[in-house]
Amino acid sequence: MSRQMGDNHRRFLQTMMVNGIIDEHGARALYQYCCETHHTQYAPDKLDEFIDTINSRLQPMFMQIRKGMSEDNGQQYYALVNMAETDITRMSSDYADNELELFRKTMDLIVGSENGKASSTDILNTTDSMTTKKLKKSETEHLLSRLVHDKWLSEKRGEYTLSTRCIIEMEPYIRTMYQDQFKECHICRNIAFQCQICENPTCGIKIHNPCVARYFKGRSEPRCPACDDFWPHEIPEVKRPHSQSRR
Amino acid sequence: PSTSQVQRGLEKLTPAQVDQKTAEVVQYFLVKDQKKIPVRRADLVKHVVKDYRNIYPEILKRAARTFDQVFGLKLVEIDPKNKMYILVNNLETPERASPINPKMGLLFVILSVIFMKGGVVRENLIWNTLKKLRVDPGEKHEEFGDVRKMVTDEFVRQRYLEYVRIPHTEPIEHEFRWGQRADAEVSKAKILEFMGELHDQDPKTWIQQYREAHSTPTSSQASTSSSQR
Ligand SMILES: [Mg+2]
Ligand SMILES: [Mg+2]
Ligand SMILES: [Zn+2]
Ligand SMILES: [Zn+2]
Repeated sequence: MSRQMGDNHRRFLQTMMVNGIIDEHGARALYQYCCETHHTQYAPDKLDEFIDTINSRLQPMFMQIRKGMSEDNGQQYYALVNMAETDITRMSSDYADNELELFRKTMDLIVGSENGKASSTDILNTTDSMTTKKLKKSETEHLLSRLVHDKWLSEKRGEYTLSTRCIIEMEPYIRTMYQDQFKECHICRNIAFQCQICENPTCGIKIHNPCVARYFKGRSEPRCPACDDFWPHEIPEVKRPHSQSRR
Repeated sequence: PSTSQVQRGLEKLTPAQVDQKTAEVVQYFLVKDQKKIPVRRADLVKHVVKDYRNIYPEILKRAARTFDQVFGLKLVEIDPKNKMYILVNNLETPERASPINPKMGLLFVILSVIFMKGGVVRENLIWNTLKKLRVDPGEKHEEFGDVRKMVTDEFVRQRYLEYVRIPHTEPIEHEFRWGQRADAEVSKAKILEFMGELHDQDPKTWIQQYREAHSTPTSSQASTSSSQR
């Protein structure tokens, strides 16, 4: 069951440890690079098997390279995740207790929202109810930019969303902690934050924006895949996996 | 603890308990290694090993084996007096830069310059070299940010470089040397090969450097890794 790892696997893993997350395009390039560097066989269609071999040896350390979709562009990403506990242990060495409390509160806001977003104003307001040492406004703003920099949150025009890396890593935690609140995407069955919602009150399914784009592409009249009601939202374009390669 | 004490300690534990503790130790090292902060044994025992301190040598041995076999890293004791450990890379620095990690390329250049100049250089030489590569330490770089800080702070903290003030200079001047991590991780033979290709010159013609690069392996390090696969 534990397949043999070579230096090609080890180099891939080392890069994952440095980067935390890479997109599928980057993962493929890295896979090829690692095999060529160590003169091992490279099979373009075997990336997932290559990663499975690494995962079989990571499992005793409660770590895993896990695949997930970006809610922004619908592309696949690979993230190195820590499953040591279904808590934010991975972050606990980088953030103080009160900073972690604010991050949890931000997650509460985002998971509880319709559209998977929280505004900086809403986040600032939650500091009033903090049980640990209260963060000042400037400290909160600084913390938010650190969380963005460390790839836990994303920010657009003053609104915060969970980053792709955060969703991949925290998915089990979110499923446990927010059992009644989180919703799955009706198409891909992953947790859905930024998405469109069926307006039929008895239905109310969610679909990720990129999944909406793919599902309704080429259909003349968009109807909900669950209740068949008219789908009233604007259908986004399918985004091309732009080959602007790395950053 | 002595070998027999460890043995007795192990007998009181299930294999799953020992595996669990090993995993915790591995995780702790990895978190510190992310920032290239050395791990003090005292901290490791206090924060992670805790009740398992009687079998500490066995846990450390298993962690070292995992680093070697799974992560391609070697657990090295850098300061035997104060019991400090770092992880160094077992995998050779490849000729061709990885598509992902540009900082290491820049570090490789700096280490090359220091090595070729006999092991120590004044900082100006490094800054001028970087400028030739269009990495100006006075400006904010798109990829590296504050270049001067990265070189004199980050690389130094990670122990790739030593950055020491030269006494009695006005204005203040510093010099660079290789740090302990560079000694452990970076192959001098590789650097010489790289320089040979760059200047289209046989590496053997740098007599001094060639001798140093091919003298007995620099492992003055006390390694805890069994390094057998
Ligand atoms: Mg490392
Ligand atoms: Mg290392
Ligand atoms: Zn979806
Ligand atoms: Zn519906």
